[in-house]
Amino acid sequence: MTGIRVLIADDNLVDRKLLSRIVRNQGNTVVEATCGEEAILAFREHHPDIVLMDVLMPGIGGKEAARCIKAEAGEDMVPIIFLTSLTDAHDLAACLESGGDDFMNKPYNPVVLEAKIRSFYRMRDMHRTLQAQRDTIAVHNDHLIREQETAKAVFDNVAHHGCLSSPNIRYMLSPLAVFNGDVLLAARCPGGGMHVLLGDFTGHGLPAAIGAMPMAEIFYGMTAKGFGIRDIVREINLKLHNILPVGFFCCATMAALDFDNKTTSLWMGGVPDGYLLRSKNRELEPLCSTHLPLGVLSNARFNDSVIDLNFNNDDRLFFWSDGILEARNSAGEMFGQERLEHVMRYSISPTLVFEDIQTALSEFQGTQKNDDDVTLLEVVMMDRELLGETPVGPANAPASGPLDWSLSYRLGPQSLQTFNPLPLMMHIIMEVPGLQSINGQLYSVLSELYSNALEHGVLGLDSSLKHSPEGFMRYYQERETRLQQMGNGHVIIEMEHSGNVEHGRLVLRFRDSGPGFDWQTMVNRSRCTPGDAHRYCGRGIPLLSSICTSLEYKEKGNVVEAEIMWPPTAEG
Amino acid sequence: MSVDTNLSSDGRELTIRVSGRFDFSAHQAFRDAYENLAPDASSYIIDLRDTSYLDSSALGMLLLLRDHAGGDSAQISVINCNADVKKILKISNFEQLFRIY
Repeated sequence: MTGIRVLIADDNLVDRKLLSRIVRNQGNTVVEATCGEEAILAFREHHPDIVLMDVLMPGIGGKEAARCIKAEAGEDMVPIIFLTSLTDAHDLAACLESGGDDFMNKPYNPVVLEAKIRSFYRMRDMHRTLQAQRDTIAVHNDHLIREQETAKAVFDNVAHHGCLSSPNIRYMLSPLAVFNGDVLLAARCPGGGMHVLLGDFTGHGLPAAIGAMPMAEIFYGMTAKGFGIRDIVREINLKLHNILPVGFFCCATMAALDFDNKTTSLWMGGVPDGYLLRSKNRELEPLCSTHLPLGVLSNARFNDSVIDLNFNNDDRLFFWSDGILEARNSAGEMFGQERLEHVMRYSISPTLVFEDIQTALSEFQGTQKNDDDVTLLEVVMMDRELLGETPVGPANAPASGPLDWSLSYRLGPQSLQTFNPLPLMMHIIMEVPGLQSINGQLYSVLSELYSNALEHGVLGLDSSLKHSPEGFMRYYQERETRLQQMGNGHVIIEMEHSGNVEHGRLVLRFRDSGPGFDWQTMVNRSRCTPGDAHRYCGRGIPLLSSICTSLEYKEKGNVVEAEIMWPPTAEG
Repeated sequence: MSVDTNLSSDGRELTIRVSGRFDFSAHQAFRDAYENLAPDASSYIIDLRDTSYLDSSALGMLLLLRDHAGGDSAQISVINCNADVKKILKISNFEQLFRIY
């Protein structure tokens, strides 16, 4: 080992020269100083590896010089060994407290001196290696964080929060890292409803978040196009099954809200129980997941069946990821379902449950950090008017499109059982630029006419069943049963469009294989009792009349024709 | 956490016993247990009598084993689950994929 630079500071010429010779003879380079001030200057100029410093020198003295050198060295390690004839323990301790690393008693023992110089040099070397490694890690970490921030910006644009700021939604998301394994998505449907999805991917951080991007794309894309909850969860499952490695999946709850009929449909896979808190009597209904998480099953084995529930104004749905149940306190206990249920039952008011859960959770956890992402969601039913405008549809639709066209689309029994034609029909209609601004209304018309044709026409369901909430549920069960048992029947959808780039006329004609109905009487009755907003049924005629320029039943009542002129007239 | 295995004398049935917390730390050991030790096994028993806790990465490992064992035709039983473990398997509806006792 050659070339250790040693600074020797001693005002005593004889001592200094003696020490210099020993150190130099051991193969090191020596810089000499005769007082504290000189030692500091020599340190600045020569950057010695080790300093040997006499304690008692004229001027600022050894201890003060040591303090200055240590301060200037900052993070770098510059070992300082005090040279002293002091023997009092307190004096020696004071040397070390002033920043010295060790001391040597005069007269010097060359063997011990050499060993000390080498030992401190090794330490300094190790210190330098650690510093270099630390700096490399810091650079890499900065780089990684910058990469993550960029990726996060892209991620946030794709998996954005949609309409989570709607007045009927409250949520809490606490990410463990920049990226979150929990996903919360919400969007308005073209017909005025709302879809909400809470997902919890296996693991945390980037690997978990990456699966959320296709999920959000599908959720927002299909919702805007008018697909229903079952089609959407099926598509998400298929996508995740294809792209996620085996063993990775997404536990999820998806809810579709119908603000007009006051119902909700739920699909729950692999999630902890959620709850429905009724505003009436404060009844608490647990909602259990019956499906495997998204991404586990192949498309053929996937089950998209949903739970349909009445969901009246001020009823509340509560969902969470398992992070909230598994949040721990300082004793290692988990927050658990019982505590959650207790809060929901005993809050002063249903409107305070959300805050009370947050408070109970933070009181329970104290200063403990979360092991997992924690997400909490509350969804409330309210009247559609209170939600604000439905955001209008596809922004990327073409600027010019077909204006003179017609089509006829016949759906046989097998198609009626399994296929929802509305997104396809909407897609065709949206090719007409002038109709894009009223896509929500058009969707309502299509979906109303289609369900009338299918449910009342082909399946022969009686809409009066829908007058009571219980009947409403029975109606949908009956619909499902009859649909599965249907042997024949069809619905023919005819559409015609004519016009130019400024105005046009769309005609929608639905023809079903059913026996028709006494439409004259019904039309007369709806004139007599207009605007009963709380009725569940009535073939949606008042709603349709407000959107369509004209609406006419034809033949024996199994044909209905709606005419829509655009641009819409101002009176609405 | 430890993973112990026991192969039936004909080499067809592999029992994997996981003790302690069944989480990501068991990943390599669990995988080694079925990939290397018993290439000819056709049915699997996961014995969780000494498993105190199971997280979502353990569920992922069970799915990996299922995939290895033939996917939909896999013969896998998960036995001796304590109440907490059973609850987690139930919430995830894993009884649709595994025989759980």
